[in-house]
Amino acid sequence: MRVGVITFPGTLDDRDAARAVVIGGAEAVSLWHGNADLKSVDAVILPGGFSYGDYLRCGAISRFAPVMQLVIDAANKGMPVLGICNGFQVLCESHLLPGALTRNSDLHFLCRDQEIEIVNNQTAWTSSFKQGEQIVIPLKNGEGSFQCDDQTLAMLEGEGRVIARYVGEKGNVVGLMPHPEHAINELTGPSAQGLGFFTSILNAMVK
Amino acid sequence: MAKIVVDVMLKPEILDPQGNAVASALPRLGFNFAKAVRQGKRFEIEIDGEPTAAQLAEVEKAAEVLLSNPVIENFVVRVEK
Repeated sequence: MRVGVITFPGTLDDRDAARAVVIGGAEAVSLWHGNADLKSVDAVILPGGFSYGDYLRCGAISRFAPVMQLVIDAANKGMPVLGICNGFQVLCESHLLPGALTRNSDLHFLCRDQEIEIVNNQTAWTSSFKQGEQIVIPLKNGEGSFQCDDQTLAMLEGEGRVIARYVGEKGNVVGLMPHPEHAINELTGPSAQGLGFFTSILNAMVK
Repeated sequence: MAKIVVDVMLKPEILDPQGNAVASALPRLGFNFAKAVRQGKRFEIEIDGEPTAAQLAEVEKAAEVLLSNPVIENFVVRVEK
């Protein structure tokens, strides 16, 4: 089981994501934004950070990176993709997930341990959790305000694509602002509950 | 040489925290004229010669694909003399 972790210029959390993949039991494969090569991975993680300096809009330029064209094609064919924070913004800009992420109200950069509830454990990235399970993982972003029209919101709610975060159509593409890869070990994180995302993907592949 | 200007604004229904921050800073400086402020982006694109209809159509396309995000933003393309 090979899970790719993409590094864009300005990505911060690729090391933590790769470490979380390994602790979760899979092989972490580094993918470079400029290489149109997915190295035969079974799933891809877009980690957090400030890719391309967040110039123009968060994720707007990353979306056109050579590796992203392959990710978009593969995701549309069903390959699991997880976007964390900046990765979530890239997924929205790539139209792999609906909506967009804008400045937090009051312009605050939020940095805190965030409690979230898993309200859909039927996706490739959340199957290790119990339905309704509450976990604590770090949240750190300045542009995490999810925006979409009422019709899109009704569709997301109606199709079970909200998990206290937002899930793609087939459940293979998942985006969230908080960082599970920083909650793998109680020594350095608020909990070890983030690991579930990285063990879930193993279940998804075994199926 | 001509200049093509693309103005990008958040759609009216999208919250604009930056505009709100500017609006609340103005009265603190004694400027009391503003009922509301919206903040946007302006792109100035220089081209050789006068723009053709085909070039303007290309700029429209680029504005839709890259310069704006149609989910949250509107844009206007115009030529500046």
